[in-house]
Amino acid sequence: MKPAAFEYIAPVTVEEALEALGGSGKDARVLGGGQSLVPMMNFRLAQPELLIDLNRISELAGIAIREDGVVRIGAMTRHRTVELSPEIRECLPLLHEAMPYIAHVQIRNRGTIGGSLAHADPAAEWPALCFALDATIVARSSSGSREIPATEFPLGILTTALEPDEIIAEVLFPHQPAGRRYGFQEISRRRGDFALTGVACTLDLNADGVVDASRIAIFGVDDIPLLSAEAVDALTGNTMTDVLAREAGRAAAAAINPRSDLHASSEYRTQLIETLVYRALKQAAGADLLKDVA
Amino acid sequence: MTRLVDIALTVNGKPVTGKVEPRRTLADFLRDDLDMTGTHVGCEHGVCGACTILVNGASMRSCLMFAVQVDGAELNTVEGLAVDGKLTPLQDAFHRHHALQCGFCTPGLLMTAEAFLKENPSPTADEVRDAISGNICRCTGYIPIVEAILDAAEQLKKTDAA
Ligand SMILES: Cc1cc2nc3c(=O)[nH]c(=O)nc-3n(C[C@H](O)[C@H](O)[C@H](O)COP(=O)(O)OP(=O)(O)OC[C@H]3O[C@@H](n4cnc5c(N)ncnc54)[C@H](O)[C@@H]3O)c2cc1C
Ligand code: FES
Ligand code: FES
Repeated sequence: MKPAAFEYIAPVTVEEALEALGGSGKDARVLGGGQSLVPMMNFRLAQPELLIDLNRISELAGIAIREDGVVRIGAMTRHRTVELSPEIRECLPLLHEAMPYIAHVQIRNRGTIGGSLAHADPAAEWPALCFALDATIVARSSSGSREIPATEFPLGILTTALEPDEIIAEVLFPHQPAGRRYGFQEISRRRGDFALTGVACTLDLNADGVVDASRIAIFGVDDIPLLSAEAVDALTGNTMTDVLAREAGRAAAAAINPRSDLHASSEYRTQLIETLVYRALKQAAGADLLKDVA
Repeated sequence: MTRLVDIALTVNGKPVTGKVEPRRTLADFLRDDLDMTGTHVGCEHGVCGACTILVNGASMRSCLMFAVQVDGAELNTVEGLAVDGKLTPLQDAFHRHHALQCGFCTPGLLMTAEAFLKENPSPTADEVRDAISGNICRCTGYIPIVEAILDAAEQLKKTDAA
């Protein structure tokens, strides 16, 4: 199908875009990479009256590392740019690891971090990655800007804490301590499909291989990603062994009640989570995963 | 009717202008306004890959962009590959390996593989499979397509060395 008619503007500054969004009196939408919005427009599931294209606003795109180690990723930064960035590879290896799982290269060349977070698909990687890394989302409107913790940003399926006159300007990732380890695992039916479910985790081990801290984000099980406190409880203070990783997987699975849909039953998703948490922890621990003493 | 917007861009190295409604998708602009029907339209929601073209060198879905967005851009489509009827090494490899049957998916696969081989001139079969995961082919079963892309990589290395 073809999209319904709309008015189109392509401002070059954030201020112009925000003014149009807040003050047009029309049903206005911002256009990021268009990899979720345009399919909906082609199906006429979305019929905005005014489309505000953010693609010509250069200040919204790019990756910068601040002096305090915080990594700033502009909302219009493409998935592919993050995937190929040497800075991201070094400072936020979890993002580097996870990017290839988002769709296909043609979609990663166009789709953006801001669009993905604003779209808030329950099976999307970005929201879960932001949970795992404790990111902060910077929202802007004509009246100012505010910071929203990533964990408070998605409110439900395709629903976020963003006000109608706000856009995402950038996402801030706190400095990750040297030596932190990461795991990313997901299962999808076909390469590049949205995940049935997936896990993004961080893991801090002390010199004896004991877990100091961990964050385990799970996506594709509920309307929004969740952090598994149960898995973290099972891990903290214990020596990182294969058995412990399995225990954490079981703890995470016992605490969730995933949705059933066309693609997978609740039972299947629960089993996947048990296995994926285990695999993500094993991946994170790497060669330091201690053999269990019989 | 909505206002028409003037756009000027480069397609396969040639300057092109157009007058488009904002809702005109890039794929429809190419096919219906420029009469360049090499770019195919299968699903119009980003899934099939038949509409893949290069925008400023990067492979993208032309069904998920609007023509107004490419004002000033450089596009490459399948029509720009063969020069004076002489197939590129990639096209030639598709031909020799029978990497197409009905041909519906072929323009998208060729453009995807063009961009891919520039980035990764010596791919493994696994990397090729990953690179074409966003292009659906209902005829070939993909095996000859993967073989053709691997073969093209070899041929391109030979011509580069010569
Ligand atoms: C075939 C296919 C497979 C895909 N597979 C995956 C996958 O496996 N995993 C995955 O995560 N995604 C997947 N996607 C979606 C893709 O990642 C999109 O890029 C992403 O969901 C939306 O980003 P976008 O920049 O394209 O946003 P758009 O499509 O432009 O916008 C999406 C929504 O966000 C709003 N928006 C955009 N930018 C901003 C902003 N800066 N501030 C406020 N609101 C904004 C828009 O108004 C719209 O409501 C897939 C898409 C396709 C077509
Ligand atoms: S027509 Fe564009 S991806 Fe199918
Ligand atoms: S050759 Fe027919 S779809 Fe690929």
